[in-house]
Amino acid sequence: MSVPVLEMKKISKSFYGTQVLKDIDLRVNAGEIHCLVGENGAGKSTLMNILFGMSVITDTGGYEGDLLVNGDHVAFDSPKAAIGAGIGMVHQEFMLLPGFTVTENIKLNRESTKPNLFSRVLGKKLETLDRKQMAADAKAALDKLGMNIEEWVTVAGLPVGYLQFVEIAREIDKQNLQLLVLDEPTAVLTESEAEQFLDVVRRLAKSGISILFITHRLDEVMAVADAITILKDGELVQSGPTQEFTIAQIAELMVGRKVDTSARLGAEQAREGKKKVLEIRDLRVDMPGERLRGIDLDVYEGEILGIGGLAGHGKIALANGIMGLYPSRGQVRYEGTEVPLNNPRKALDLGLAFVSEDRRGVGLVLEDSIANNIVLTSMQTQDKFLKPGPLKLKDQKQITAHALESIKRFDIRCTGPDQIVRRLSGGNQQKVCLARAFTQNPRLFFVSEPTRGIDVGAKSRVLELIVELNRMGVTVVITSSELAELRSISDRIAIIYEGRLSGILPPDAPDVEYGLLMAGKSLEEVEIGERPSK
Amino acid sequence: MSKVKRILSRNAVPILFAIVCLLGVFYANRPFQFLLMEIVKRMARNSFLVLSLIIPVVAGMGLNFGIVLGALAGQIALILSTHWEWAGIGGLALTALLATPLAVLFGTLAGLVLNKAKGREMITSMVMGFFANGVYQFIFLFLVGTLIPFDNPALRISTSPGLRNTVDLTRVRGVLDNIWTVQYGFTKIPIVTFLVIALLAVAIWAFFKTKLGQDFRAVGQDRHIASVAGIQTDRNRVLAIVFSTVLAAWGQIIFLQNIGTLNTYNSHEQVGTFAIAALLIGGASVTRATIGQALMGTFLFHVLFVVSPSAGQTIFGSAQVGEYFRVFVAYGIIAISLALHAWRGKSLGKASMEEDVSA
Repeated sequence: MSVPVLEMKKISKSFYGTQVLKDIDLRVNAGEIHCLVGENGAGKSTLMNILFGMSVITDTGGYEGDLLVNGDHVAFDSPKAAIGAGIGMVHQEFMLLPGFTVTENIKLNRESTKPNLFSRVLGKKLETLDRKQMAADAKAALDKLGMNIEEWVTVAGLPVGYLQFVEIAREIDKQNLQLLVLDEPTAVLTESEAEQFLDVVRRLAKSGISILFITHRLDEVMAVADAITILKDGELVQSGPTQEFTIAQIAELMVGRKVDTSARLGAEQAREGKKKVLEIRDLRVDMPGERLRGIDLDVYEGEILGIGGLAGHGKIALANGIMGLYPSRGQVRYEGTEVPLNNPRKALDLGLAFVSEDRRGVGLVLEDSIANNIVLTSMQTQDKFLKPGPLKLKDQKQITAHALESIKRFDIRCTGPDQIVRRLSGGNQQKVCLARAFTQNPRLFFVSEPTRGIDVGAKSRVLELIVELNRMGVTVVITSSELAELRSISDRIAIIYEGRLSGILPPDAPDVEYGLLMAGKSLEEVEIGERPSK
Repeated sequence: MSKVKRILSRNAVPILFAIVCLLGVFYANRPFQFLLMEIVKRMARNSFLVLSLIIPVVAGMGLNFGIVLGALAGQIALILSTHWEWAGIGGLALTALLATPLAVLFGTLAGLVLNKAKGREMITSMVMGFFANGVYQFIFLFLVGTLIPFDNPALRISTSPGLRNTVDLTRVRGVLDNIWTVQYGFTKIPIVTFLVIALLAVAIWAFFKTKLGQDFRAVGQDRHIASVAGIQTDRNRVLAIVFSTVLAAWGQIIFLQNIGTLNTYNSHEQVGTFAIAALLIGGASVTRATIGQALMGTFLFHVLFVVSPSAGQTIFGSAQVGEYFRVFVAYGIIAISLALHAWRGKSLGKASMEEDVSA
C-alpha cells in the first residue's frame, strides 16, 4: 500500500486541562476524498488548527501525537509552514477581496513580478506586477476546475456560488499543492451550486490532489467521499471506506441518537373550513438574484406552508418582501387587513414574525448579548420588557429571566445570557433567532432556511421547535432549499419557479412531481401524468 | 438606468462644485487673465500636497489629516535651512533632503499610533496633528532662545524667546518656480514646478503597479484577508503613512517657496483640511482616490477660493462676507462631500439592483 499523503496518529489536545481531542487517527491517501464529519464542537476545527500549526494551538502548549506528511514526521509551527508542505485550505468564510479581480485574488500575495529600474536599487518589493503572467496562471487554475469564469471581472460582481471556486483556484495555483482542506465549503451554497461544486472536487481528486472535506450535508458525504471519519465529542467514532456506511448510520454515529426525519409526515390537514390568514395577490419583490415576478398564494390558518424551489428562482423573496426588507409591489392581506409593503415596522406591528435566511447579517445583532437579541423585537415593537413610565427604561431583571427561560427551552448552548451572539455556533445562533420570534408571540411566522449551515443535531431540534410553535396555533411559512426538510414538516409545499408559483403539492407527493414543478412544468401538466388517484 | 445618468451620479460631487464654480466666476465678474493667473499659481502651489493624500486612502486608512505632521517636518527643515543660509535651488533640494528623515520619523510614529486605532484613523490623525502642533509651538515659541541657544536676527527677536511670527524665505523664494517660466498674458507658468507635480503623479501611478502597491491595495480592501494571505498589514499601513508624510513635507516646502514667507505658527495649520477638501471636491471618497480626482479637485477648490470674495461682494454687497464665505466654503465642502458621498453610496446600491432587474 502506498504511503498516505497525510497521517495523523494518536492526536490529543487539551485547552487548559479540558481535553478536546483524544487519540485521533486520520489517514488520507493520495487522490482520495476523505470526509470528516461531526457535530459542531466535535473537534474538527481543533484538528485542522493542529494540521495548520495555528497559533491557538502553539500558544496553548501544542498537542500530543504524530503528524506525518508523505511518511515524514512534521510539526508545523505556523500556517506558512503547512502551506509550504503543500497543504491548502479553503476557509468557511470567503477570503476574497471584493474590489480585486478574480486574477488578483487568485494571485494574492503570490503575484508574478518583473524587475524595473527602481526595483534593482530599492528591492524586490518594488518590482512591477506581471499582469499577463498572472492572468495566464489564473486562467490555467480555473480551467483545471472546469470553471468558465472570466479572470478579469471583479469578485464583487460574481454570484456567491462562484466565490468558492475562486478560492479553490487560488489553492490549486500553488504549485506543490497535494492536500486541500475544505471547511464546510457548501454551507453557503444552494443545492444546485453544491452539486457543481462536488463535480469540481471529484475532478481535483482525479488529478491526484487529496481532499479533506468537512461538511454537514450527509448526502454530499455519500455522493463524493472515498472514505469517512466520524468524530464525536473529541473522539474518533469510526473511520472507513464510504461503502461501509449509510446516511442514517453516519447521522446516528455523529449525534449518538436516532434522527427522526419525519416529525409530521402525512399530517395533511383538511383545508376546507379553515380560514385564509394571508392572501397574497400579484406580489413582486425586487430582491437581487431572487426576484419574485408576481405570485398569488393563500395561507390557511394553522398550517405549515413550505416554500421550495431552486436557488435564484425567488422563493426567499416571498417572506423578505412581505416583511418589508426588499422593495415590493402587489397586495398582501393579513386576516382581512392590508399589509403595507416596504414597511418592516408595520408588518411587525400586525403580529408577523420573521427569521431571516441571513442570520448574521439581518437576523442578529452579532456584537450584542443573547438576552438582548432575544427581547429586541418585542421591546421595540410591543413595548415589552420595559419599566413602567415615560422613559421606557429596560427592565433588566425581566429580560434576564426571560433569556434564561428561553436558553433552557431552546437548548441554546452558551455560557449565559450575557454571552455575545457572535461567539455562538451557527445552530445556537439560529435558536436565538427562533427564541426572538417566539418572544413576539406571533400568529403568523415566516422562517427562511432555518437549518442552513448548522449541524445535524441542532437541525432536528430547530425543526422540532418550528413544529412545536405550530402546534400552539401559529401559522408557519417555511422557506428552504432542502426539499426533504420541507416535506418532513409541511402540510403543503408551494414550489416557486422563475419568480412565479409553479404549483402546490402535498408532502407525500412523488419525487417526480416535485422535480417537474421545479423544472417549471405546470401542475396541470404534472397531473396529466401517472399521479395515483386517492 | 442610462449610461449618462450613471456617469452623472458617479461624479455628482465634482459636477456640483463645477456648477458652483461657474456661478462664482459669473458673479465675481473678474477678468479672465486674473483668474488664470491666480489658478495657475495656486495649482502649482497646492497640487503636490493634495497628491500626498492618495496613498493612505488606497491603503484603507482614509483621509490623512496627519499630513500636518509632514508639513511640520518641511517647515522645521526650512527654518534650519534659513538659519544656515542655504540658498537657490540647491539649497531648496538640500532642505527637502533634510526634511525627509524628519518626515520618516514623524510618519513612523503616526503610523504606529494609527495601527492602535484601526477604523478610527481619520479622527486620530486629525487630533495627532493638533498634538504635534502643540509640541511644535512649545519648541519654537518657548524652548528656542531659552533652553536651545539660538541667536539669529533673521529668525528671532532678541527681546523675547521663540521664533519670529513670520520668517522671510528670501533665499529660496520662487527658486523652483523661476527655473523656467513661460509667459502667457499676465500669467507666468512655472514649468518645472508642474513637471515635478507630473513626476509625482506618474510615480504614484507606477507605484500602484508594483508588488508593494498591490499589497497596499489589498490591505486597504480588507486587513484580515490580506493578513491571512501573508501580507504584513501593520507594516504596510505604517509605510503608507510614512510615504504620505514625506510627500507632504516636500509638498509644504514647494508651497512655501512659492509663497516666500513662512508663517511660523500658522502655515501648517490648515494644510490637512484644505488638501482634503480639495481631494473630496475632485470626487474622491474615504475609500477611493485617484490622481485625476486630486488634480481636478485642486483646480475646482481654488477656483472657488479665488472667486468667492468678489462673488460675495457682488451678491451680499460686502467683501467681508466673501472672506467669511471662503472659510465657510472650505469647511462646508468637507461636510457636504462626505454627505454627498454617503448619498451616492446609497444610490449606487439602488443602481446595481436595477441592473439586476433589467438583466
